[in-house]
Amino acid sequence: MNVPRHWREQVRRYRLLGSKCCDCEEISFPYRLVCPKCRSRKCEDYALIGKGKILSFTDINSPPQEHKYNMPYAVALIGLVEGPIITAQITDARAEELEIGMDVEMVTRKIMEYNEDGIICYGYKFRPIVKYAHP
Amino acid sequence: MNDNVAVIGVGLGNVGERWDKSLRELAIESIWMAFEDSGIDNVDALYVGNMSSGPFIEQENIGTLIADFAGLGSIPAVKIEAACGSGGAAFIEGYMAIKSGMYDCVLVTGVEKMTDVLPSKTTSILANASDRDYEAFHGVSFVALNALVMRRYMHEFNVKREDLSIFPVISHKNAPFSKHAMYRKELTHQTVINSPMIADPLTLMDCAPICDGSASVILCSEKKAREFTDAPIIVSGVGLATDTLGVHDRKQMTTLSAAVEASRKAYKMAGVTPKDIDIAEIHDAFSIMSALSLEDLGFVKKGEAAKMGLEGQYYIGGQLPINLYGGLKARGHPVGATGVYQIGELVYSLRGDGRVDAEKGLAENIGGSGSTVSVCVLERGD
Amino acid sequence: MKPNKSVGIVGYGVYIPKYRIQNTEIARVWGNDPNLVPIREKSVPGSDEDSVTIAIEIARNALKRAGIEPKDLKAVWIGTESKPYAVKPTSTIVAEAIAATPFVNAADWEFACKAGSETVQACIAYVGSGMANYALGIGVDTAQGSPSDALEYTAAAGGAGYIIGSSKESLAVIESSVSYVTDTPDFWRRQHEHYPKHGNRFTGEPSYFKHVINCSEALMDELGTNPEDYDYAIFHQPNRKFPLEVAKILGFPKEKIMDGLISPYIGNTYAGSALLGLASVLDISKEGDRIFCTSYGSGAGSDSFSIEVTDKINDRRANAPSVKSYIERREEIDYARYARYRKKIRM
Repeated sequence: MNVPRHWREQVRRYRLLGSKCCDCEEISFPYRLVCPKCRSRKCEDYALIGKGKILSFTDINSPPQEHKYNMPYAVALIGLVEGPIITAQITDARAEELEIGMDVEMVTRKIMEYNEDGIICYGYKFRPIVKYAHP
Repeated sequence: MNDNVAVIGVGLGNVGERWDKSLRELAIESIWMAFEDSGIDNVDALYVGNMSSGPFIEQENIGTLIADFAGLGSIPAVKIEAACGSGGAAFIEGYMAIKSGMYDCVLVTGVEKMTDVLPSKTTSILANASDRDYEAFHGVSFVALNALVMRRYMHEFNVKREDLSIFPVISHKNAPFSKHAMYRKELTHQTVINSPMIADPLTLMDCAPICDGSASVILCSEKKAREFTDAPIIVSGVGLATDTLGVHDRKQMTTLSAAVEASRKAYKMAGVTPKDIDIAEIHDAFSIMSALSLEDLGFVKKGEAAKMGLEGQYYIGGQLPINLYGGLKARGHPVGATGVYQIGELVYSLRGDGRVDAEKGLAENIGGSGSTVSVCVLERGD
Repeated sequence: MKPNKSVGIVGYGVYIPKYRIQNTEIARVWGNDPNLVPIREKSVPGSDEDSVTIAIEIARNALKRAGIEPKDLKAVWIGTESKPYAVKPTSTIVAEAIAATPFVNAADWEFACKAGSETVQACIAYVGSGMANYALGIGVDTAQGSPSDALEYTAAAGGAGYIIGSSKESLAVIESSVSYVTDTPDFWRRQHEHYPKHGNRFTGEPSYFKHVINCSEALMDELGTNPEDYDYAIFHQPNRKFPLEVAKILGFPKEKIMDGLISPYIGNTYAGSALLGLASVLDISKEGDRIFCTSYGSGAGSDSFSIEVTDKINDRRANAPSVKSYIERREEIDYARYARYRKKIRM
């Protein structure tokens, strides 16, 4: 069930924490211990705001077994406004509703659960932006 | 050692759902075939290309397992893992072992036993080649990663899904000739286009099948090889390169940078350019990977591989015949074994199988979604 | 009951899942008369939603309106009867997700549909005593009605949360709150059971009506107010009928009820119900408006609140989606998809 493994990553998944290079300011997601741009070892946590655009997407209907209860679902490559590209599920929308260039926002959802008696893993997904309409 | 490295033996076991054969039996089958083909039955070391014996059959330490059960004695035997690129990576390890002068003769065996688990488990195991924590965790299967790259490619280069569907047709065209292939039949373009969607825009027929298989090759110095044959096949250039593990971290999502880099090294070592290559075994695990590979190995301009394919340039008789034994799509893709199958098939073609008269051939083996790529240039030594 | 220090609502946030099932669709499956259904439609959580994910969304929306740092919260309390874990707090996951950890009190509260308003009352006391500058109380549920049971028509998903702080910073000041509870077994769920049971018509007069009326009257007595002093009133809304009837008995005219009556569109969100109604009123209220709100939880009890809106409502309201925008964000699903999303189909 890999409890420590999920626990170790969960805050980054809940809050979309990547890293920022203290030397060249390159922002990365997932977080890096060595800056991929300048190889500096000084990287610090950096919270991404969770907004971006769909760069590519697909629809999954033959998922890995631990995701079966959630199928069908869409996954996408999302270009975050800060620069990094992230791989994530798209929720509250089917693949047919998506297009390249669509604006999406981060939301925390159930990613998978270990049957009825195991831990539940929460993390980021993205969805078409919810409008703030006010009466 | 200043001498060249040569391939003196090839054994390609039948690819398919080998329900009655275990991993060790599959490996021994191809090893015996390679021994028979080479005329020797003793090697100094064994390099095993295998991706996931642990998750698939709960067996690690398979270097020892195979050396033991194949009766190879107490030789060094290790497993080399680079996901679906394990076979190619193991071959390069074997190459280096000979080239360094450390060993006179080595065996490289690629083997994968995939069919002991259910397909959804296989999907999960193959996803281990991606970033477990930041790709696979999110339910992104390996097929899906390729679909993401494919849609982006279609978007950037204005290529239609139907155009990319030509690649399975090209690989299958050569399959009836390929005795060890899983599917020995041709496919029509319409069949690929109309096959069920697996991960839009990838259809079932765009994807190489899950299967079992093992391939072995025997390497030695050219000098030693000439004791057995007048026409050894020489390994004239090898290159291995990596890219970011995650597709999302690629500088260019639609370029296999590792293929660019690995082929650059291999071409330089072999003293050739892409124009000098007569035939190629391309890692067509997915149609999109065929297009990216042909482009990034320098055979065709970006965005134009499908067009060339549709023109017929990749069939026998065309500019660059590819996948002469069915490729991953028709021969089958027993993941960790694939790279060794490619080398063996290239050797068959270069030796002359009555279909092409080729002097130089290239094999490209991809691990992960392009995160590790090996390129080997082989040529006739006659 | 008033705290030593005057407190109010600094920020509020809501969330309602986008999926809806029509009551007529449920009636179709069980062969009931489609003309006799209690509400129009109810919200259904997606297959990746539960009380934790809904509460996280609520908390983030509340923080956007409050404009405070999550670390300034000294409590993250969640009232729910649909905890994803029977043992393991919902609140720690929410507190971690919004970056309020680790110096924060986190706990799950349970009192059927009253659990949410209890957290708000506790936040009032926590901040009012001076122990905390800010505290967050959330009422949330992904309520399950047993298939074919009357509750299946209304048991819905959603919720609302309130960040309580000093009245000076508040968009609405809490004037007072009282609670009224007795041991009344009108609705319950035993350990390891999937669905609750209820006492049918016993849930009405001796349960909902008695507690809502007595609690509401107690608060008005304490404050010396009466229904005419309020611009809006919200009562726990298990359906459309009960809150309208209780308002009539208490003397609140229908027009003061309708803006906060959202159960006909989304169903009964249990611990989120009264708090969501209150949020929909805050979405449209103006400075000086007085709001009366009474929750109800089976088992049984009520919490009543008297609230006065300040001028700060205008700046903060638009910082997060309104109840209306969530109600309008809808996708209708059939009973089959509903059964899948609610895990009524075993895989």
